[in-house]
Amino acid sequence: MRFPLFPDQASTLAPKVDELYFGLTLLSAIMMAIIFLPMLYFLYKYRRGNKVDRSPLRIPLWKIEVTWTVIPLLIVFGFYTWAADIFFDQERPPAEAMDITVIGKQWMWKIQHPEGNREINELHVPTGRAVRLIMTSQDVIHSFFLPAFRVKQDVLPGRYVTEWFQPTKVGTYHLFCAEYCGTSHSGMVGHVIVMEPADYEEWLRVGKPAETMAQSGERLFRELGCSGCHMGNSQIRAPRLEGLFGKPVPLADGQIVMADEKYIRDSILLPQSQIAAGYAPVMPTFAGHISEEELLQLLLYIKSLGLKQPEETR
Amino acid sequence: MNETEAVPVPAPAEVEENYLSAGHTVRSWLLTTDHKRIGLLYLFSIIFFFAIAAVAAAIMRLELLTPPGDLVLSATYNKLFTLHGVIMVWFFLIPSIPNVLGNFLIPMMIGARDVAFPKLNLLSWYLFMAGGLLALHAIIVGGVDTGWTFYTPYSSRYSNTHTVEMALGIFLSGFASILTGLNFIITVHEMRAPGLTWFRLPLFIWSHYATSLILVLATPVLAITLLLMMLERIWGLGIFDPRLGGDPVLFQHLFWFYSHPAVYIMILPSMAVVSELIPCFSRKRIFGYKFIAFASMAIAVLGFVVWGHHMFVSGQSVYAGMIFSILSFIVAIPSGIKVFNWTATLHRGSISFETPMLYALGFIGLFSLGGLTGLFLAALAVDVHVTDTYFVVAHFHYIMVGGTVLAFMGGIHFWWPKITGRMYPEKLGQLAALVTFIGFNLTFFPQFVMGYLGMPRRYHAYAPEFQIYHVLSTAGATILGVGYLLPVIYLLWSLRHGKKAGANPWGATGLEWQTPSPPPVHNFAEVPRVTGEPYDYSPQEEEKKAEDDHA
Ligand code: HEC
Ligand SMILES: [Cu+2]
Ligand SMILES: [Cu+2]
Repeated sequence: MRFPLFPDQASTLAPKVDELYFGLTLLSAIMMAIIFLPMLYFLYKYRRGNKVDRSPLRIPLWKIEVTWTVIPLLIVFGFYTWAADIFFDQERPPAEAMDITVIGKQWMWKIQHPEGNREINELHVPTGRAVRLIMTSQDVIHSFFLPAFRVKQDVLPGRYVTEWFQPTKVGTYHLFCAEYCGTSHSGMVGHVIVMEPADYEEWLRVGKPAETMAQSGERLFRELGCSGCHMGNSQIRAPRLEGLFGKPVPLADGQIVMADEKYIRDSILLPQSQIAAGYAPVMPTFAGHISEEELLQLLLYIKSLGLKQPEETR
Repeated sequence: MNETEAVPVPAPAEVEENYLSAGHTVRSWLLTTDHKRIGLLYLFSIIFFFAIAAVAAAIMRLELLTPPGDLVLSATYNKLFTLHGVIMVWFFLIPSIPNVLGNFLIPMMIGARDVAFPKLNLLSWYLFMAGGLLALHAIIVGGVDTGWTFYTPYSSRYSNTHTVEMALGIFLSGFASILTGLNFIITVHEMRAPGLTWFRLPLFIWSHYATSLILVLATPVLAITLLLMMLERIWGLGIFDPRLGGDPVLFQHLFWFYSHPAVYIMILPSMAVVSELIPCFSRKRIFGYKFIAFASMAIAVLGFVVWGHHMFVSGQSVYAGMIFSILSFIVAIPSGIKVFNWTATLHRGSISFETPMLYALGFIGLFSLGGLTGLFLAALAVDVHVTDTYFVVAHFHYIMVGGTVLAFMGGIHFWWPKITGRMYPEKLGQLAALVTFIGFNLTFFPQFVMGYLGMPRRYHAYAPEFQIYHVLSTAGATILGVGYLLPVIYLLWSLRHGKKAGANPWGATGLEWQTPSPPPVHNFAEVPRVTGEPYDYSPQEEEKKAEDDHA
C-alpha cells in the first residue's frame, strides 16, 4: 500500500495554495499549543487533592477577554487577505490563455480543443501555457477537479463557467468529478496529461480532425440559417457579428452589456431576453435545436470573428 | 449554589411520586405532557435513528476498505450515504441535545414546572416521529440517492428514487424544530423563577436560547426550499431546473441559508452542556460568564450570514465569495472565545476527572481542531482545492461527532443520575470516553490528509493511493463503534444495578440538582427563589472537604 502525504504540484497555482495550506497548518498547531499546553498544565496542577494556591486571580476580566478576541481577529484578517489574493488571481484567466471546451454529462467528460481534437475523460495540455476551460453540463451539476493543479469548479447546466490553470510539470494526473451527480459519480474520473509544448503540437497534429471548432461553427452558422440574417445582404436587418466578442453592446433597453460567452449563449438560446439596440426582436430561439457541443462551436466561431475587423461600424 | 429560600415543604416527607413512577402504561407515555417524559421519548427515538444511520456508516466504511466498489453497488452506496446524512443530521444531531437534555433540563434549570406549552411540546415529538417514520419509509421502499443536500436539478429531475417522500419527512420534522424553538424561547422569557434574572441563568439556557432563535428563523427557509424542490419534481414548476428556466444555484443559496445555521443548531447546545460540565468538575465559577453568553448570541447572528462559504466553487461571483470568506473567518472568533474561557476556568480550580469531564475535555480538543480546520475552508484558495473532498468530511465530523456527540454523551452521563436516579459505573464510563476519543481520531484524522491529497467525497470506488487512509479510517470506526456500544450496555445495566444517586451526586450548583432524583412530576415542591449568581463553586472549599474526607 502506498503512503502518499502530499499531492503532486503541477501548476503555477499549486505552490501558492500549498504555502497558504502550510501557513494555516502552522497557525493551527500554534493555536492548539496555546490552548492545550496550558490546559494540560492546569489539569495536572489543579487536580483535586494537589496542594497549590487556588485563590482567585485579580486581573481585570475585560483585559483578558479583549486580548483573546482582538489578537485572533487580526490573525484571521491576515489569513483572509492572503487567501483572497490567491483566489482573485485564480478566478481571472490571463488574456492570452488558450480555450478548451468541456462538457460534463452523466457520467463522462467530453472535451474538445479549438483545433477540433476531441477526447473523453482525458485532457491533454502543454506546459508553460495558461489554459482556460469553458465548461457546461448537459444534465446535472458536476465539478471539474484537478487535484494536482489545486483547481476545482462546479460545472452547471444551462450556463458557462470557466476554470484556468498553467501546468508546470509533465505527467499524468487525476481528473475527478467532485460534485455528486448520481449513480456513477465515482466513475466520472479521468486524467489530465501534461506534455511538453512540442509533444502537445504533435499530439494535436496526429489526431487532427477535418474541421477546427471554429470551422464547425462556421458550417453550423450556415446550416442553421444564421448567416441568412447575420451576413451579406439579407432582407432582415441583423447585426454583423464580426468584432462583436469582448466588446460592450448597447441594448434596446439602454443597458450596456459585455459580449462574453454568456451573452452569446443567451443571444442564441434566449434571443428575446436581451435585444441589441436598433434591431427588431425577430431572431428565433434555437433552444432545443442545437446541442451544447454545437453551441460551443458556434461560440468559438463568433469568437474568432471577434478578432476580425468589422466591415461596417456597429 | 443558587441560594434558595426553600420554604420548608409541609408534610409528604415520604417517597414522593416521581415523574417515572407516576404512570407505567404506554398511554401514560404517549400522551404525556411532562417535559421530562417527552425528553425521554426523544431520547429513545434518536437512539433508534442513530443506530440505523450508524449501520449505514459501518457498511460504507467496510466498502471503502478496498479501492474498487466491491461490497455494494454504487447505487446502494449512494443511498447509504444519503440515509446516513439525512438521518444523522435531522433525526439525530439536530434534536439530540435540545430535545432530550434541553427538554428535560430547561424547565428545571429555571425553576419552572414545565415548558410554556406542554401540549405543543408533545405535538413536536409527534411531528418529529411522523417525519422520521416517513423518511424511514422512503428508505425501506427503495431509498434516496441525492445526498442529504438534495442538490437540484439532480433531486428535482434526474434522480429516480424516493426524493419527495424523504423531503416530506424532513419538511415535517422541521415543524417539530420550529415548535420546540418557540416553546423554549417563550419558556425562558416567561417562566423563570423569581430572582432568576437573565445574567443568573446557567449558560446552558443562554446557548439553548440562541439555538431556539436559529430553529425558529432558519427552519422555515428549509421548509420552503424543500417544498419548491418537491413542486418542481411533481409539477415541473421551474424554480431550480435550468431546462425549465430555473437556477440550480438558487437552490444552494436557500439550502445553505438554512443548513449553515443548522450547524450551529447542532453545536450551540453542545457548548451549552460543556459550559455546565467544566465549572462543575473544576469547582470553579465559569470564567467570563457574560462573554460566553454573548458569544452564543453572536454565533447565532453571524451564523446567518456565512452560508456562501459552501459555494466558493459553485459559480457565485468572486466578490460574493470574498465577502462570505471574511465573514466565515469572523464567525470563528466567538467560538474561540468560548474555548479560551473554558480553559481559563480550569485555572486554579479543583479538578476531578469523572466521565462527563472527560467527554467535556475531549469536546474542547476535537471542537478546536474542527474549528481550526474550518479556517482552512474559509480561506478561499485552499477551499477551492479541498471543498467536496474528505477534508470537508473530516472537518464537519470533528464538529458534529467530536463536538456534538461527545457533548451529548458527556451530558447524558452528567444528568443520568438526575434522569434515572441511578449512577452509572464510573470506571467503565471513563473507559468508554477514552475509547471513543481514540476511535474518533483514528477514524477522522486520516480523512484530512486524504482530503488534501484530493480524495473526493461521496465516492463509491477510488484511486488506489488513498487506500491506506481508508483502512486507518475503517479501523478507527470499529473502535469508535465499541466506544458507542459500551455506554448503551452499562447505562441499561445501571437502571437496575446502579448506585442510588441522591439529589445532587456531583455537588453541582443549578436548580435541577436541588430537587430529588428522579424529579417529582412538577419538578419542585416549592417554587425556588434565586438570590445568587450561577456557578457558585469554590475550589478552596472543595479542597478542604477532600482533605477532611481523607482525614
Ligand atoms: C431571423 C433572422 C435571424 C436569424 C436566423 C438569426 N439571428 Fe441572430 N439576431 C437577429 C437579430 C435581428 C438580432 C438583433 C436583435 C437581438 O438582439 O435579438 C440578432 C442578434 C444576435 C446576436 C447578438 C448580436 C449583438 O450584436 O448583440 C447574436 C450573437 C446572434 N444573433 C447570433 C445568431 C446565431 C448564432 C444564429 C444562428 C444559430 C442567429 N443569430 C440566427 C436575427 C437573426
Ligand atoms: Cu459527479
Ligand atoms: Cu457553513
